[in-house]
Amino acid sequence: MSRTPHYLYKQERKAALFFLLPLLVGLGVFYFFAFFQNVYFSFTDLGSFGKPRFIGLENYRRLFADPKFHRSLSNTLMYVVLCVPAIVILSTFNAFLLSKLQRMSTMFRTLLFLPAITMPAAIGILWRWLFNYKFGLINVLLNALKLESVAWLSEPDVVLYSVSIVLIWSMLATQMVILLAGMQNIPTMYYEAALIDGAGTMQSFFRITLPLLSPTLFFVITISIINVFQIFDFIFLMIRSTSLAIQYSSSLVYYFYDRSFVAFEKGYGVAVSLVLFVIILIVTIFQFVMQKRWVHYS
Amino acid sequence: MMKQQKSFYIPVLLLLSFAALLTVFPFIWMLLTSLKTYEEAIRIPPQLVPEVWQWKNYQIIAAKFPFARLYLNTFIVVALVVGGNLAVCAMAAYAFARLHFAGRDVLFMLVLGLLMIPGQIFLVPHYQIITSWRLSNTLFALALPGIFRVFGVFFLRQAFLTIPKEMDEAALVDGCSYQIIFARILVPLVRSAMVSLGILIALWTWTDLMWPLIINRSLDKLTLSAGLAFLIGEHTTYYEQVMAGGVISSLPIIVIFIFFQRYIIEGIASTGVKG
Repeated sequence: MSRTPHYLYKQERKAALFFLLPLLVGLGVFYFFAFFQNVYFSFTDLGSFGKPRFIGLENYRRLFADPKFHRSLSNTLMYVVLCVPAIVILSTFNAFLLSKLQRMSTMFRTLLFLPAITMPAAIGILWRWLFNYKFGLINVLLNALKLESVAWLSEPDVVLYSVSIVLIWSMLATQMVILLAGMQNIPTMYYEAALIDGAGTMQSFFRITLPLLSPTLFFVITISIINVFQIFDFIFLMIRSTSLAIQYSSSLVYYFYDRSFVAFEKGYGVAVSLVLFVIILIVTIFQFVMQKRWVHYS
Repeated sequence: MMKQQKSFYIPVLLLLSFAALLTVFPFIWMLLTSLKTYEEAIRIPPQLVPEVWQWKNYQIIAAKFPFARLYLNTFIVVALVVGGNLAVCAMAAYAFARLHFAGRDVLFMLVLGLLMIPGQIFLVPHYQIITSWRLSNTLFALALPGIFRVFGVFFLRQAFLTIPKEMDEAALVDGCSYQIIFARILVPLVRSAMVSLGILIALWTWTDLMWPLIINRSLDKLTLSAGLAFLIGEHTTYYEQVMAGGVISSLPIIVIFIFFQRYIIEGIASTGVKG
C-alpha cells in the first residue's frame, strides 16, 4: 500500500465519503443534532404548543426539590441493586448447568430462551394474571400454604419487588446464552488438566471457568446495569398509572415518560433524562476503570 | 473420573428442569387460561385443563382487536429497520475497517460514544423532528430512528477486520471499484455476521414499546408490541380473552423461534462475545 499512487488516495477518500454518507446524515440529524437539541431543551419550558422559552436552570432547580423525582431515582437504584446481581448470578448458574449437559442441552436452551423473544406486553399480560390478587396463581399457592394473599401490583411496599421479579425473569435469557457462548470458548484442555490434578467440578468452576469467563462476565454486567437503569416497560405495563403504587415503582425512565409524553412538560422531562445519562456515564466509566482489577484478557 | 461426572449429571438435569419449568409454565398457564370459560378461569382452587376447550375466546378477542393489522404493521416496520440498518451499518463498517481517510479514528470514537448514551435521551428530539416533518402516525415514523442505530457499525467492522486485506487489495489491483469490492467480495464473506445482526435488530424492533407508543397514537398505526399495551388497558375484565390476545401475539414468534432457534440464539450470543 505504501506505493499507492496519489490519485488512488483521492479515489479512496471519495469512496469513504460515499460509504459513510448514509450513516453520517442519519446520525447528524437523529443523534448528534438531537443530543445537543436535547441539552438545549432542558433549559426551556418546551411543552406541546408554542415556541419554547429559555428559562435557564429552572428545570434543574425543580428536579432537586421534586419528591417524585427523588423517589424515582431511589427506586431506580433499588432496581439495579436487586436485579443486576440476581440476573448475573442466575444466568451464570444456568449457563454453567447448560454447559455440563451433553444431550438435551439444545432443548433446555430453547426453553430457557423463550422470555427473550416474547414482547414485553405479552410478558406483562401473563405476569399480571399470575400476580392477580383474587384469582392469580401465586396467591392461590400462598393460600394453599396457609399464607395470606399479597397485593403484588398495588401494595406500595411490594410493587417494586414484583416488577423486579418480572424483570429478572425476562432478562436472564439473553445474558445466559452470551455467557454460555463464552464458556464454550474456553479450551477444554484447561479442564482436562484440572481433572488430572484432581480438581472437582466446583473447584474447576471457580478456578477456571470464572477467571477465563471474566471478559464475557464484564460485558454481561455492564449491559445488565445499563438495561436495568433504563427499566420502563414492566412498570408501565403492570402498575396502574393512577394508583399510589406507581410512585413506589416509578423509575427515572418512567418519570421521564410521564413528564414528557403524558404531562407534556417536555423541557422538564428532558432534564430527567439527562440526569439518567450522567448517572449511566459515571457508572460505565467506573466499571471500565475497575475492570483492570478483575477482568483477565488472555 | 467418569463416575464423578455421572453423579453430577442428575442434579444438573433436575436443576435445569426446575429452571425450565419456572420459565415455561407462565406461558402454558396463559395458553390454558385462554381456552377456559370465564367461570373456569377464576375458579378456586384453579382447574388446570378446561373441560371444553373454548376456541371461541380467540374469535371474540380477534373481533375486538385488530391483530392482523398490527402484525402487518410490525412486519413492515421490522423489514424497514432491518434492511435499512444493515445497509447503513455495513457501508459505514466497511469504510471504518478498510478505507483510509483523515479523521477516521476520531469519527469512529464519536460513533462509539453514542453507544454509551441511553436511548431515552433522543426520544423528545425525535418526537420534535418527526412531528415537524408531519410524519407522526405513519409506519415510516416508527422505523426511521431505528435505521440509524450504530451498534451494527462496530459489530460488522469487527467482522470485516477478520477478512484478510489481501482479498480486496488483489481485487483493487484488478481494477475493481470499492463499491464492487464491498458488494461482491466483502459482504458475502460476512454473511453470518449480517444474519446475526439482522436477528438482533429485528428482536429489538419487535419488542420496542416506548417509541411507537409516543409517536403514533392511533391503534391501526402501531406495532403489535405497543398495540398490545392498549389491549391491557382496555379489556381487563375477561381474563380468558386477554390471555387469548397474549397467545395470539406470542405464539407465532415462538413457533418461528423454535424452527430457527440455533441461528437466533447463536446470533445473539455472538453479538455479546465479540461486542
